[in-house]
Amino acid sequence: MIGLQHYLTVSAMLFVLSIVGIIINRKNLILLLMCIELMLLAVNTNFIAFSRFLGDETGQVFVFFILTVAAAEAAIGLAILVVLFRNRRSIAVQELNTLKG
Amino acid sequence: MYNYYLTIVLAPLAAAIIAGLAGKKIGRTGAHWVTIVGVGISCVLSLVVLKNMFWGGAAPENISVYTWAVTDGLRMEVGFLVDRLTALMMCVVTFVSLMVHIYTIGYMHEDPGYQRFFSFISLFTFSMLMLVMSNNFLQLFFGWEAVGLVSYLLIGFWYTRESAIFANLKAFLVNRVGDFGFILGIAGVVMFTGSLDYATVFGSAESVAGQTIEVLPGNPWNAMTVICILLFIGAMGKSAQAPLHVWLPDSMEGPTPISALIHAATMVTAGIFMVARMSPLFELSTPALGFVIIIGAVTAFFMGLLGIVQNDIKRVVAYSTLSQLGYMTVALGASAYSAAIFHLMTHAFFKALLFLAAGSVIIAMHHEQDIRKMGGVRKYMPITYWTALVGSLALIGFPGSSGFFSKDLLIEAVKESHWHQGATAGDQLTYWIAYLSVLLGVFVTALYTFRMFFLVFHGEERMDAKTQSHLHETPAVVTAPLILLAIPSAVIGWFTAGPVLFDGYFGDAIQVQSAHDVLAHLKDTFWHGSAGLVMHIYASPVFYLAALGVLTAWFLYLKRPDIPATIKEKVSGLYNLLDRKYYFDDLYIKGFAAGGRNLGKFLWQKGDELIIDGFLVNGTAKTVGRLAGVMRQIQTGYLYTYAFAMIIGLTMLLGWLIWLR
Repeated sequence: MIGLQHYLTVSAMLFVLSIVGIIINRKNLILLLMCIELMLLAVNTNFIAFSRFLGDETGQVFVFFILTVAAAEAAIGLAILVVLFRNRRSIAVQELNTLKG
Repeated sequence: MYNYYLTIVLAPLAAAIIAGLAGKKIGRTGAHWVTIVGVGISCVLSLVVLKNMFWGGAAPENISVYTWAVTDGLRMEVGFLVDRLTALMMCVVTFVSLMVHIYTIGYMHEDPGYQRFFSFISLFTFSMLMLVMSNNFLQLFFGWEAVGLVSYLLIGFWYTRESAIFANLKAFLVNRVGDFGFILGIAGVVMFTGSLDYATVFGSAESVAGQTIEVLPGNPWNAMTVICILLFIGAMGKSAQAPLHVWLPDSMEGPTPISALIHAATMVTAGIFMVARMSPLFELSTPALGFVIIIGAVTAFFMGLLGIVQNDIKRVVAYSTLSQLGYMTVALGASAYSAAIFHLMTHAFFKALLFLAAGSVIIAMHHEQDIRKMGGVRKYMPITYWTALVGSLALIGFPGSSGFFSKDLLIEAVKESHWHQGATAGDQLTYWIAYLSVLLGVFVTALYTFRMFFLVFHGEERMDAKTQSHLHETPAVVTAPLILLAIPSAVIGWFTAGPVLFDGYFGDAIQVQSAHDVLAHLKDTFWHGSAGLVMHIYASPVFYLAALGVLTAWFLYLKRPDIPATIKEKVSGLYNLLDRKYYFDDLYIKGFAAGGRNLGKFLWQKGDELIIDGFLVNGTAKTVGRLAGVMRQIQTGYLYTYAFAMIIGLTMLLGWLIWLR
């Protein structure tokens, strides 16, 4: 029988995977965006699992909102990415260090 | 009479405003007419007031015109106290002012600032009238400051000259020192009596005299002494008494009519008037009177000496003014207030005359003021010569002239004063300092007066040929005031000495304690009428000293003109001391002024720039910058570093929330 803990384990693994992806990825900014999406999906999985096991549909409604926002965010992120590429001819993360004070 | 008083005060003010603000519209002629009419109205009405007081027996009037503010029971009012003292001052001020207005037409006729000048002197007349007619300390202070302001504006009338700007700033600053004492004195009056009104203050003077004030902790001083000395410090500034005299000689940078009106006849006597007005207070403090008499004596003698070495015609007269103001101050200190005011009046006439005569010579010499470049002017300018002679004789106290009565009686009053009766050694010392100063001052006065007179009007002609060819008598607008001033200078003493000094003209306006009342004593023992005084000149050393002074001047500057240069070389140390005015200017300019500037520079460079700007303001910023320089080393600018840091932080926060809380 698959219980709540299995869902949560999968979700946690996805979340950690995405964090590791953000931290160790040095080459590609698109991967970064994908990791953020993955993070949101891990959260969504949590929402759905709790919604199912607690019998409360509100969690599933939240998932719809998050998906919508994530789609919009991905669109904006990709647009910024395009502009960035036009300006710098590169999307390698290790070359983007202008945040340095 | 209320309308009279208002008109007397406001007519010059209105004239000043018209001439000042609408000067371009009414033109030069309009400007001098409107101000002369304004001051003329004041003068005529003042004479009417004096007539009513003197012959009509009118009672003194104390009128409140307007209440400006009442705060905490302290009434601040505008009001007039017109008694006989005020009436006399009003006449002197407006008459001399009127003469100077007329004279100015001739003296300033080429000046581009013609309207401005008339506006200022009319404004001065207004301020001075406010001062003398005041019935409270606040209005007195207003008039006091207003005359100071006008004096400042007029000394610097030729504001493109650097020396004029220096002189007017100096006058203003030195007067600030005096005014500081004056306003503290007024504050003391308010503190002890709770009122600014003369009548109230004088009424409670007795109780103030019984109180003490601790200016320095542990040293209780008599309140009345403190108040009187502070008020007198104000008078020292305004009446140019040593050591606050330094501004008056420099004020000669202003046009000559101003020197006559403000810096000889009227404004500088404000201090004398003020002390006489405050006689009910000063009478209650013998130490304050001692302070007054010593300051006056020092000024009378030592400032007179300076007149001997000056070569600028106006400066000689200026030092003589200082010396004569010292005489008046000595009389105040000897409780002979009437004698001081009497000398003030005669001095106003003959000193204004001397200044205007000097101005007349200056016009004729094309603004040359050095007496070494004059000489023999007598035959070119007969009217100026004769009027200047009258003025000079009055100044040295020639028997029968106005100055003779005022100065002779003043010296006699000092001689018989209560200081002479004093038992202590201090009293005797004070007496001898005062008496010898005024007595020897007579010789000095005669010497410098006739030195100037002989050098200008007699002897060989030392001017250049061009000046000489243009030398001629000045126009009637200049000579008419000279003649009009020469008449009172010559004769007014004869008629007024008795009534003013001995027959109680001032009534209650001047209050003297019976033990101090030297004039009453003189009335019994000394005074036998004007003719009697003239007949008895041989009995007093004053006459001989004056004659000796004139003879010395004649011998040194006409008979043997080579001697003064020899003396100058023989005693060059003394000459330098006098020529540098006892180094007072050096002390003030290099000492106080430079010291103040250095202190300011120190506070600016060390205090402000180094400590506040350098250490506190910029230092804080630099410290933050250095700290940030260290902190920025851990910044990489890479996104993943920040993300990692955030994760670490989040983990630690969560760990704390879960396990440690």
